[in-house]
This record gives sequence, C-alpha cells and structure tokens, in this order.
Amino acid sequence: MSDTNREQNIQSSLESKFSFLKDKTKIRRARRMFVDVEKLSDFRPVFDHLFNELDFTRICMITGLDEGENYSFIYHLASFNGIELDLKTYTPKSSPNIKSVMNTFPGAELYERELVDMFGINVEGLPEGPRYPLPDDWPQGQYPMRKDWKKEMLDGK
Amino acid sequence: MATVRVPIGPQHPALKEPEGFVVWLDGERIKDFGMRLGYNHRGIEKAAEMRTYIQNIYLLERVCGICSMAHSTAFVQAVEEIGGVEIPRRAKYIRSIIGELERVHSHLLWLGVAGHEIGFDTLLMYSWRDREVVMDLLAKISGNRVHYGMNTFGGVRRDITKDLCEDILKAVDILEERTKYYIKIATEETTIRKRLTGVGYISKEDVIKLGTVGPTGRASGVAMDIRKDDPYAAYDEVEFNVITATSCDVYGRAVVRLLELMETYKLLRQFVKNMPDGEFVVRFPRKVQAGEATSRYEAPRGEDVHYVKANGTDMPERVRLRAPTMANLMSVRKMLENNNLADVPIAIAAIDPCFSCTDRSITVTGNSGSNILTWEQIRQQGINWYKNEMGIDFTELNKKYQNRGL
Repeated sequence: MSDTNREQNIQSSLESKFSFLKDKTKIRRARRMFVDVEKLSDFRPVFDHLFNELDFTRICMITGLDEGENYSFIYHLASFNGIELDLKTYTPKSSPNIKSVMNTFPGAELYERELVDMFGINVEGLPEGPRYPLPDDWPQGQYPMRKDWKKEMLDGK
Repeated sequence: MATVRVPIGPQHPALKEPEGFVVWLDGERIKDFGMRLGYNHRGIEKAAEMRTYIQNIYLLERVCGICSMAHSTAFVQAVEEIGGVEIPRRAKYIRSIIGELERVHSHLLWLGVAGHEIGFDTLLMYSWRDREVVMDLLAKISGNRVHYGMNTFGGVRRDITKDLCEDILKAVDILEERTKYYIKIATEETTIRKRLTGVGYISKEDVIKLGTVGPTGRASGVAMDIRKDDPYAAYDEVEFNVITATSCDVYGRAVVRLLELMETYKLLRQFVKNMPDGEFVVRFPRKVQAGEATSRYEAPRGEDVHYVKANGTDMPERVRLRAPTMANLMSVRKMLENNNLADVPIAIAAIDPCFSCTDRSITVTGNSGSNILTWEQIRQQGINWYKNEMGIDFTELNKKYQNRGL
C-alpha cells in the first residue's frame, strides 16, 4: 500500500497548527507516523490536538529511553483506522519530570508506573497506588532500564 | 454494613499465575478492586539490550508460552522494517499459518479454562482434548508444541511442505466440526448462558476509554483487529470477518472467541490454498542499521506492540513491548463493579490474562552471597509478607502445622 493520503492530511494539520513541527513530522510508511516534539512544554498541546481533532483516541504504550543527556518518551498513539503515530518528547536528566496523561487515557496508568520504576521519572498527577513492576524490597535509587545500571549494583558495587 | 477487604493472591488456588488482587466487599457485592502486578517480572527488556538480534528472537519468543509466535513475529517485523528488507511472499504465508494455528490452540485453551472456572470441567476435558489436534500439528510442522522457532530475520526457518498442507486441511476439518459443537453448547446450553450473561459488564465507551484490546474489546462492540486495520504478513491478501458482540459481558467474550475460531479456519484454508511457491527466507545482515520501528500484531488476546531502536551494531539499543493483557487489565476493575465475589475468577479469566506476558521484563540477582533459601526461610518470608502487606498473621497457624510435622 503506497497510498498515504490520510497520513499526509494528518501531517499538514499538525504542521499548520504548530509552526515548531515543521520538518518534525515524518511519514515512515503507510500507517506509520513519527512526530518529534523537542520542548516538553509543547508536548501537551500537540497531544491534545491529536486526541481531539485527529482521532488518535488510543494509546498503545509509552516507551522510555535513556539517550545521552536526555530521557525520551515515545507515546505510541493509534487511531481506529489503523494509523499508529509515535509522539516523542524529551526531558533533561537533571530534571526528570513529566506530567501524567491519565486524564486523557486512564488506561495509561501501568505504562507510567513503569517509567517511575524502570527510569526513575517523576510523573506528576499519577495517583498513589502500588508500584509496578519491581518488588517492594527493590533498593531505592536503582533504576534498571537506565543505561548506566548494571546488575552488580544490586550488591552495592 | 462495613466494607470487608479480601486479598486474593499473589498465591491463590483460583489464580493460574501469581498476581495480587484485593477486593472490597459489601456483603457479596464488589465495591472496589485493586491489583499489585509484577510477580512475573523477568527483566526481558533489559536482557534484550545485552543480546544480539538473533538471540533476541528466541528470548522474546519466550515472553509468553502461548503467544510465542505473536511476540517473535512482532519483533522480527520491526527489525525487518528498520533493515529495509522485504521478506518473500511464501514466508508471509507461513508466518500467517503458524499465527492462526496458535490462535486456535489459545482460544481452545481459554475455552477449557473458562469451563473450569465455572465448574464445568467436562468442557475443559473436551476442549483440551481437541486442542491436542492443533498441538500435534504445530509439533509436526515446527518440532515444538510451543516456542515454534519458526521466525528469523528475512523470513522463516522451516518450509511447510505439500504433505504438511494436507495435514493442516485435515486438522482444520476436525477442529471446525468440534468448534461448531462448542458454539451449539454456548448458545443452547442454559447453564453456560445463565452463568455468563451479565457477568463482568463493560460498556463500549469504557472499552475505548481504557484501551481494551482483542476479543475482550470486540465483545463490547469495538471492531478493532490489527489483522484488518493494520495488516501484516499475508492478511491483506485474504478475506475474513471481524467478529463482534454487543452483550459486553463474559458471555459475549466466549461467543466472540468461538466465532473467531470459525474465521480462523476460513483463513487457514485460504492461506494453504493461495500459498505461493518460491524461497521462504532471504539474507539479512547481522548488524542492523540505525533506526527505529513500531510493529503491531493481533495476538490471540489482542494487540501486541513491539518497538525496536537500532544503533548500527548487532545488538538493539532498546526493545520495548506491550502484551495485550497489560492493556486489558485496567478494564477488570470496571468489569467487577457491583459483581459478586464468586464472579471474580471467571471475570478475570474472561480477558484471557497472561501475566508472564504482561510482566515479561529471568531474575537478575547479584553475584555475592547465597540465593538459595531453605524451606524454613521461604516459609518465614511468606508469613512476614502476608503480615506486612495484608495484615494477616499466619504465625499461629504455621505452629499448628509444624506440630503435626507438616
């Protein structure tokens, strides 16, 4: 399938609404899109626009990444017509804070709890509740999906 | 009346896998529901970063013992997309055939478990006996009943010969006849209908809001199927229907799975008939160029998502996956609202949960000290855990059993 009209419409809607998304929106192939939001403060408007106007009403998962100076997050959003869009944003390692998207997607709770446990991200707006997925006696301050984490650190080395 | 808090799990006879649930009851009625997950967490995502792509096919296949084809296909599809390699058409057909056979074995397995949960063990015996037909077939094709090891980058590792195609068609005939019988039971047997109707209700709106996937979502009228919406392998070359129901309850989920089996038989016949000749694997480099891709697959339980980021070496920079149960668990709380305590096992079983999939991520332990616990230590640890977490003290009970030499 080489027909990408639907994807191009989404691309032009995003680029005309948000000037900072010029050249930051990519159509990888039919039904696969990628949007790069460099500033965390710009994330929420783009996210809401995708949800409210462009029918991205499902969240597949949230991927956390340890990339040099930043932690990056990819929100894998999907519409019911088969298009999957990766919305990426960043936060510097010095202040790993993001806001919860549970007000839009209540089903995102476990994905956000994983960011807390595996990357040590502070997710503002995430309700109190049991941790996921690490054990209760997991040592404090150890975040296994960070690139500098080694299993020897469990022995305090 | 005061609310009563009942812990179910992490070790509990009604659960097939270790997960901790808590229900708050008003009499028999469930008022609220909580979960503590992660008991099957094996650090697979971290392990994937320390292994080569080839090793990862087999590691990720073992995320789940049922949906093994689902996870390995979703992973190889993502890597093939990054590498820019188009696989031969015959390979696409072979992947689709194994994928559908897996769906048959998974749905029949579920039918048995569902029967067991409502005390209808004859159904368990029947459906698991019939499931052996497809298990034997998978073993004949791949050498294994589960973890088929069929996928590799650039195609598949084994061909499906003409003789095997005949075997598939014969098996499909038998299974179709049996499935028709189960559909008759499900639609005509009063016990099943009465036991399942209205249990675990979740509306279409809630399904969309909570992101429920697969047969669980389809039973609430959401016609979402990755095979149709975002076709992979050979699904864009065949005809099939997406089965939905509108009853939004456990009964609907049972009917959807059974009718879906009939579509699967239709698919299998088309795949076997239309399978093109030619090669079934092409060369694929050991090092994968830098890039990233997201891949989706309709596993028997719903949408399975894999994300792979490559950095130009022979090991991935990041592998992230989300199994369908993880998406469906959030809806269980809604399903159990105002249900009876006795509905908990079947309502949980109705999403066909697979916790090893959900928690995926082999225990990573340190090198120092002994990790071997004595029987007494394990016992003590369990007692302490229940005391601290659930407020239940088993100390006295333990003494009683110890005095009896147990």
